[in-house]
Amino acid sequence: MSEAIVSLRNIDKRYVRGKQSVEVLQGLSLDIPKGDFVALMGPSGSGKTTLLNLIGGLDTPTSGEITVGGQRLDKLSSGGLSRWRANHIGFVFQFYNLMPMLTAQRNVELPLLLTNLSSEKRKANAVAALTLVGIADRAKHKPSELSGGQAQRVAIARALVADPMLLVCDEPTGDLDRKSADEVLHLLQILNREHGKSIIMVTHDPKAAEFASRQLHMDKGSLLEAGALV
Amino acid sequence: MKYFPLIWATLWRKKTRTLFTLLSIVIAFLLFGMLETVDYAFSHPSTGTSGADKLISTNKYSITLPLPFADLQEIRSVPGVTDATWLTWLGAYYQESKNFVFALPIDTESYFNVHKDEFIVSDEQMKNYRSTRSGALVNVALMKKFGWKVGEKLPVHSTIWTQKSGSLDWTFDIVGTFDVRDSTQANAQAYTVFFHYDLFDEGRSFGKGTVGWVEERIDNPANAGAIAGKIDALFANSPNETKTQPANDFAMTFVKQIGDIGFVLRAILGAVFFTLLFLTGNTMMQSVRERIPELAVLKTLGFTDGKVLALVIAESLLLCLFAAVIGLGLSYATLPIIGQALQGVQLDPVALIPGLGAAVLLALIVGFPPALRAMRLNIVDALSGMH
Repeated sequence: MSEAIVSLRNIDKRYVRGKQSVEVLQGLSLDIPKGDFVALMGPSGSGKTTLLNLIGGLDTPTSGEITVGGQRLDKLSSGGLSRWRANHIGFVFQFYNLMPMLTAQRNVELPLLLTNLSSEKRKANAVAALTLVGIADRAKHKPSELSGGQAQRVAIARALVADPMLLVCDEPTGDLDRKSADEVLHLLQILNREHGKSIIMVTHDPKAAEFASRQLHMDKGSLLEAGALV
Repeated sequence: MKYFPLIWATLWRKKTRTLFTLLSIVIAFLLFGMLETVDYAFSHPSTGTSGADKLISTNKYSITLPLPFADLQEIRSVPGVTDATWLTWLGAYYQESKNFVFALPIDTESYFNVHKDEFIVSDEQMKNYRSTRSGALVNVALMKKFGWKVGEKLPVHSTIWTQKSGSLDWTFDIVGTFDVRDSTQANAQAYTVFFHYDLFDEGRSFGKGTVGWVEERIDNPANAGAIAGKIDALFANSPNETKTQPANDFAMTFVKQIGDIGFVLRAILGAVFFTLLFLTGNTMMQSVRERIPELAVLKTLGFTDGKVLALVIAESLLLCLFAAVIGLGLSYATLPIIGQALQGVQLDPVALIPGLGAAVLLALIVGFPPALRAMRLNIVDALSGMH
């Protein structure tokens, strides 16, 4: 088995809302090998998105150890996590979360603003990422001028442009029709199989999960099973 | 600079709102520029060379208080004073009070000696003026403004001086026109009408034997301060103490009589900026509130808390500075009009520079609270719509 890109040990995550404390994850341990495409499934409130946020460095655990790409995330400061995310993680959201006032190309360039690349190099890389996801012809269009499927492709290009080791996708097809969803999922499959990107995808959709190489099921803050598919 | 397209695009996210906010800041800074240059002009009297060889002595306590005519001889005896002349403010207008006329009774010989080579008058018209007791010399610009002709009667109404008949109306015969040699003085003299002091002194019902102020020509501008000191020392502790100052500063002193110009201007600007603070501050807060998911995405992509804070403050700076530059630029364009309205007060564009400082201060004050909010944004909460 190849080395783990994600390693979680005894993860607890508790949220405090007002006077209430909500236990979202309890004693969760998990290893995801490098180059894997994992679909994380489960009912609403099972802790999928919380787990994804912890792996993506958007949140920190209440207790336990998280290691992603050899980096202990639970030891990093807020600023350290920001810099780590910029260099190693690509995010894809359900509702694309593109900047409405920027063109597709400018949206894709956003992560590169945090690098020392020249303006020309940033532009070239953005165009290359848009070409990779098959939407270079819409580079000058704003998100409002794109279909859902096209907008999600731009979001994937933005997630890829800084060449991250891991893509975390939160319901990437949740806002798309079947045809567009299948196109996006097929694209993710290509990125995984042909470009070696490790992908963790949260989804409710069993058809979407079939595109992954492995499915993990969660319920009430714990992993139920892990099985190799495809 | 690499963040500029992002900041600029964010600023114009809601075009109409940004445009109206921009417009209100532009207008505030237009007002700032106009008032600040006037305030600056009054608080920084001219030290230029034009008129540097002339002094003006007024009553120390107010220009509205007269000086005894007898003081003139003593002033003429001060070393360094080559000649002196006397004038009084008629406070006149033509037909309507908005038609201000700077009618000055002058002693012809001494006045044109003190102001040697400053005016252009034809020999023939000057001869007519000297020989006509009710004669008046009128500035060419004023003649043109009201369409007057040489040979016509010129009736003006004084707001101060009654004639022995009880009338406030004074009528002169226009016998000639004059122009100024120094074009920088064109505005200062644009409303001037000269007429004979004898006619005025004999005609007025009170104040005989007094003058409004005395103008002195001096031999060396470098000694202006010392000569002014000597003149004022002559009348120290007398019932009519004098205040002698360079002629350039006189116009400002004249306008200052109506009150503390600086205080009035600062009060207006204070009110304007106080309102602007709330307006722009509210816009910035609203703008950031609407963009919470976008700011959360930036943080997700790796923008640190400090970078997000800097981006929002930069946006505020860009908005305020951009609008301030337009507003101050427009106020710069209005300087000639204001200068004309203030009768020759010299307005210096350097007074506009603090406007840029005010814009930066405004941007920091209105930008910091929303920037702080953006900086403290929790990504998970913001993305899940809990903010």
